[in-house]
Amino acid sequence: MTNEKVIQVKDLVKKFGSFVANDHLSFDVYRGEIFGFLGANGAGKTTAIRILSGLSKPSSGEVRVAGYDIYRHAENVKKHIGYMCQKFSLYEDLTVAENIMLYGGIYGLSKKTIEERTTDLLRNLDFTEYRKRIIGNLPLGMRQKLAFSVAILHNPDIVFLDEPTGGVDPITRRQFWEMIYSASDNGITVFVTTHYMDEAEYCDRVCIMNEGRIVASDSPEELKKKYGATSVQEVFVKIARPSINN
Amino acid sequence: MKRLAGFIKKEFIHIFRDFRTLIFLFGIPAAQILIFGFAVRTDIKNAGIAVLDKSKDEISTGLISKLESSDFFILKQNLLTGAQIDQVFKSGEIKAAFIFETEFGKKLINEGSANIQIIADGSEPNVANLISSYAKAIITDYTMEINSIHNPSTIIVDPEVRMYYNPNLESQYMFVPGVIAIVLLLTCAMMTSVTITREKEFGTMEVLLVSPLKPIQVILGKVMPYFILSLIDVILILLLSWLVFDIPIKGSLVLLMLESMLYIMLGLSLGIMISTIAKTMQQAMFTSLLGLMLPAIVFSGFVFNLESMPEIYNWLSLIIPPRWFLTIVKNIMIKGMGFSFVLKETFILLAMTLVFITISTIRFKKRLE
Repeated sequence: MTNEKVIQVKDLVKKFGSFVANDHLSFDVYRGEIFGFLGANGAGKTTAIRILSGLSKPSSGEVRVAGYDIYRHAENVKKHIGYMCQKFSLYEDLTVAENIMLYGGIYGLSKKTIEERTTDLLRNLDFTEYRKRIIGNLPLGMRQKLAFSVAILHNPDIVFLDEPTGGVDPITRRQFWEMIYSASDNGITVFVTTHYMDEAEYCDRVCIMNEGRIVASDSPEELKKKYGATSVQEVFVKIARPSINN
Repeated sequence: MKRLAGFIKKEFIHIFRDFRTLIFLFGIPAAQILIFGFAVRTDIKNAGIAVLDKSKDEISTGLISKLESSDFFILKQNLLTGAQIDQVFKSGEIKAAFIFETEFGKKLINEGSANIQIIADGSEPNVANLISSYAKAIITDYTMEINSIHNPSTIIVDPEVRMYYNPNLESQYMFVPGVIAIVLLLTCAMMTSVTITREKEFGTMEVLLVSPLKPIQVILGKVMPYFILSLIDVILILLLSWLVFDIPIKGSLVLLMLESMLYIMLGLSLGIMISTIAKTMQQAMFTSLLGLMLPAIVFSGFVFNLESMPEIYNWLSLIIPPRWFLTIVKNIMIKGMGFSFVLKETFILLAMTLVFITISTIRFKKRLE
């Protein structure tokens, strides 16, 4: 982790009609960090990650991703990020190798580079024998791991993961997080949203969101110390509950 | 451009790996042409007839053999009494019965006129109409022949009717433009809307929009394969209609292909517009099929004559793209006309395409906000 800020957000507001989905969010993410966005469903996590990855435009506020202003240089931002959403993002009727070739091509990698990376990637995942298999015939956990590998195929500065482990069994989740660590070790900044509080423990720093606002932001250790809790789960309950009860 | 190439290739893989798509693209248009070509005919061949000849003279039997030797009729039964007529109609064997009065030939020669009664099966009005006009034509011909021999002094005006552009009034001449206009629109609109909503439904659209591909490239990459395949469809339909039904292209083939390209683009942009509205593949499919099929068939002038419809229907038909394309194909293919005769229609189709693209763009931008 360095002190270089790869994501800078200041007073980000996103409104849908009169509903405020993101209410003056401000935070920075540093290069190589694993940054977690936590919150219940509907807290505004997905709205924020969609804005950062260029799928949605903010109503107001300053946002810089990978050093580029998202209003003026959206095209440059796109070249430096990877994205994986909660819905499955590979083509089910294409083979493993064809999917990798497709995404590599879209990100402008040469055929030779793609082939090299495909071989490495499949070897790391221990999937070499599945190279020519149709994705639709593979189990869900395997597809999720492939989807993540494809999202970082072009070595992006930042990878955005929107609830990447939804619907995945605990063992695969564990393996998935090992992949996230390894990506982070290679200098890729990981921005991940989740509502699994145990996953928050794996992050370097987390933001806890509630009703469109950031209500706490720090490393998991500091948060636990500050709120006198033994887990992030407990921190979350302590912060989020009062507003629910009132 | 290289980024787009791989993306287009992927779309072809989708199409060729899904045999349902292939059937829809090529099987249905080919089947339509063959079905319409052989089955739905508005001209008549080999209609069964029965004859009750009360006179049985040289002239009446001559007329009967004349009827029989035409391609239109086949003599199924010689009746003996009037009571049998009802029976043969009920058996479904015949479409019309011809009844000659007694002393038919004698009256014709002596008085210059004689009576034949034609009873046609009115449960199929179109067929009955055609039968009676074909029969009348044959009978008029024959009586004039007889009269010119026996009563040379009789003056008869013989109107010679000629069907311009379609001398034998073959119904195929109408159905080929009709099938092209309707099938092409339905295929293009449905294929595009389904393939785009599929990406939305599976979540792959988001990944594409996050990627460096521009939205316009994503859409182009999606529809390009369908543009090419639809063009092959046009060639397939034209080839089939030429090889199987002997329908020539009188005008310029190049012009016809160019107009088809414009029409395909219209269909594709209509499909894109539907995909910006539909949320699921099912919605997209039903919107394009149910929403387009009926208006396309009713208001294109393919099956029903637009001039004889109520005025409001006529107004409605103006916004139906196949109506204009049908005219274009008819003018080029059958009448052999040049570009200046389809200028108005071309312009209207072009304007419609632009409207669809504009609406799609606006709706797409809204989604990003």
